[in-house]
Amino acid sequence: MARMASTRRVAISSLAAWLAGFLIFFPILWMVLASFKTELEAFAIPPSFLFFHWTTENYATVQERSDYLHHALNSIIVAGGSTLIALLIAIPAAWSMAFSPTKRTKDVLLWMLSTKMMPPVGVLVPIYLIYRDFALLDSRAGLVFILCLGNLPIVIWMLFTYFKEIPKDILEAARMDGATIGRELIYVLTPMAVPGIASTLLLNLILAWNEAFWTLNLSTLNAAPLTVFIASYSSPEGLFWAKLSAASTLAIAPILVLGWFSQRQLVRGLTFGAVK
Amino acid sequence: MATRQTQLLARTLLTPAVGLLFVWMIIPLVLTIYFSTLHYNLLDSESKQFIGLENFRYFLTDPAFLASLQNTLVLVGSVLGLTILLGIPLALLLDQPVIGRSLVRLMVIAPFFVMPTVSALIWKNLLMHPVSGLFAFVAKLFGAAPIDWFNDVPLFAIILIVSWQWLPFATLILLTALQSLDEEQKEAAEMDGAGALSSFIYITLPHLARPITVVILIETIFLLTVFAEIFVTTGGGPGLQTTNIAFLIYAQALIQYDIGSASAGGLVAVVIANIVAFFLVRIVGRNLEA
Amino acid sequence: MGQITLENVQKSFGPVHIIKGADLDIADRSFVVFVGPSGCGKTTLLRLIAGLEDVSGGKILIDGKNVVDVPPAKRGLSMVFQSYALYPHMSVRGNIAFGLKMAGLSRAEISKKVEEAAATLNLTPYLDRKPRELSGGQRQRVAIGRAIVREPKAFLFDEPLSNLDAALRVQMRLEVTRLQKQLGTTAIYVTHDQVEAMTMADKIVVLNAGKIEQYGSPLELYEKPANLFVAGFIGSPKMNFMTGDVAARYGAATIGVRPEHLKIARNGEGWPGTILVAEHLGSDTFIYVDAGPIGTLTARHVGELDLGSGDRVMLSAEPVRVHRFDQSGQALRA
Repeated sequence: MARMASTRRVAISSLAAWLAGFLIFFPILWMVLASFKTELEAFAIPPSFLFFHWTTENYATVQERSDYLHHALNSIIVAGGSTLIALLIAIPAAWSMAFSPTKRTKDVLLWMLSTKMMPPVGVLVPIYLIYRDFALLDSRAGLVFILCLGNLPIVIWMLFTYFKEIPKDILEAARMDGATIGRELIYVLTPMAVPGIASTLLLNLILAWNEAFWTLNLSTLNAAPLTVFIASYSSPEGLFWAKLSAASTLAIAPILVLGWFSQRQLVRGLTFGAVK
Repeated sequence: MATRQTQLLARTLLTPAVGLLFVWMIIPLVLTIYFSTLHYNLLDSESKQFIGLENFRYFLTDPAFLASLQNTLVLVGSVLGLTILLGIPLALLLDQPVIGRSLVRLMVIAPFFVMPTVSALIWKNLLMHPVSGLFAFVAKLFGAAPIDWFNDVPLFAIILIVSWQWLPFATLILLTALQSLDEEQKEAAEMDGAGALSSFIYITLPHLARPITVVILIETIFLLTVFAEIFVTTGGGPGLQTTNIAFLIYAQALIQYDIGSASAGGLVAVVIANIVAFFLVRIVGRNLEA
Repeated sequence: MGQITLENVQKSFGPVHIIKGADLDIADRSFVVFVGPSGCGKTTLLRLIAGLEDVSGGKILIDGKNVVDVPPAKRGLSMVFQSYALYPHMSVRGNIAFGLKMAGLSRAEISKKVEEAAATLNLTPYLDRKPRELSGGQRQRVAIGRAIVREPKAFLFDEPLSNLDAALRVQMRLEVTRLQKQLGTTAIYVTHDQVEAMTMADKIVVLNAGKIEQYGSPLELYEKPANLFVAGFIGSPKMNFMTGDVAARYGAATIGVRPEHLKIARNGEGWPGTILVAEHLGSDTFIYVDAGPIGTLTARHVGELDLGSGDRVMLSAEPVRVHRFDQSGQALRA
């Protein structure tokens, strides 16, 4: 019913949309602003919006703190490691389900998805105890392992949907052209699947980076990623707010950027195809 | 196109994934069942003994459990309500031609990608702090007393935080669904004389029925286990006011070290999640056929 | 050499029996068209020959060797797909060269063959473009180029022209036929369009519900259809069928006369009727006649006909133009 939206409608819609967007984004904006204030100004009353003494001292302090870098590195290793390993396991699995489906394939896929629906807290006890007994507590390997398993269903699912979108006659053409299965995979399938694999990688990297159950419960110091590090600031020591804001901004900035690129993947990955 | 050559290979390639997930499912679950039948406290490991279903009886009649169940239901229900009731108009708005639409989308989507611990701390310290938070300041501007969120209305505060985080999800899903609404259907309705409101009620809403269901099911599954936000802000309190089932189990396991009870609770959580999962899997399954 | 023989080939998908025993002898260098209505199994049969599906029974011999257990990559055949199935991430050059690369030819040889194939198909200016930058007709030629460059034992075409617009389809029909004659390679071509079949084939295989109804040259199928199905399938507009007393007078259960063989007169001997609709194409006129208990008859007249809806006509045919069929639909030959 909007062949050509009247300028008045566009103006009203835009205004409303920008208002809504601003309101929703505001807390993040507020935090970013706080990160540029001095500690004193950060919790001053009345709070200032734009006209304050802008400083980057908080960022400098945060960068200097070796423990921040240590935890950032942990985040990278844990999120990156778990996602890459998940991909290694998932790519062959998704390939086989997409291109060699059997009568059981659908059931297997649904079962895999259902493992993601299991509440982690339901198995907190045995996992914690096993980790304790195997010296996996507060270890990066331990976190990588569990985050990998946690995201594996989503990785497999997303790759499956991307592989299914590859027209099967192009693969058949490769076969007619004399390609063995291996060469079909290398020369035809993988190049065509690269965008899908990249999208899957992106979304799951984000999900692993933000994971805040296992990371909080299974790590304390050595292996703790940024989720834990930030959580340890939960006591209201107002003196550290500005620095906390700086640390938080650094922690979420890359993800916000990546998240912008993964919107469509988000819908695909987390609705399990129930919404097109 | 599955010729014999590829079928054997396919089955082999599937094994690691299936095997891992199977182990991941079975072993912890079996152990949880085992532990739930024990009286076992980590601080007092000598006293490990089999007590059958005693833990369940205790857990399910513990007032703490009932309180946490109620909190869970209130939390999940409220967040569902807020995200959907706000998500629909937001999605409708974003479906319109809006100047700078991409930027607005970025702003609306952002909260979902913020680490839960960071979200919680933004709200707790910068916004909801009764003394130096922004809300307090705004309240005083209007001459009202600032709300001490985490003391007076802690569950509501958590609900707000979680809703803020999940609103983008609901909005994105609904927006995607809206964009798949056939333009020609809307045009046909217009030719038939439908105004904007009728069009919305009779064409758009029914089309959204399925995605809304999906949003409800998926959000429920993830909301049942809200943890980080509570952990970082209230620690379950004051008292039990913000303890949901997930936090209760956590507290039992890692604060009170009561393994038996926590395991029993864990199984209860699994059962509840399975009920929701059953419906979601059915919808996904039907879609897979298509 | 590209001689292909099918011996009692069967194919079932689960409980559904798609191909019910196909026997066929395709001579080297011939252009054979598989034609039939949707679901008759023509594409399935093609894919069985290609090796993209496994047979459920029977043998497929290429130059005398049974290839039923040989993977498609090793059968020495080329296929042109309905959707062209070009590799989107490779240039035209890459697409055409791929099969040669798989065969392990040297860079220099590959280059030479690709350039030759491109020249034959007028693709030389497009060699470095990606498929998405090409038009439908160009993509189709790349698909053909990819097939011919490997010098296979036979070409397999799966409805390659159906995605093109009408004018382009006619043009490509000529090009494909010309190319096949020039290269002399056996070709098996699947289509649902009987005009394509009639104009391109040396021999036609008419398929219906998984069975080969008739195998013969276009003219054989036109003049001597083996049964009711072939008679009604070949020729457009469809052959007129008449049963009952009319057929009995000719000693058959059903008789058939093609619209082009019905003589139209205002009076005289024949089957009387009233014109329902007259279609004036300029080059031909088609009239649809309500002939009472006989049914509706279609007749074709070359050139303009000064008759229209409501006019009474007499339709007749020479005895030699009347096809006779028995109870079971088989043709009766005098």
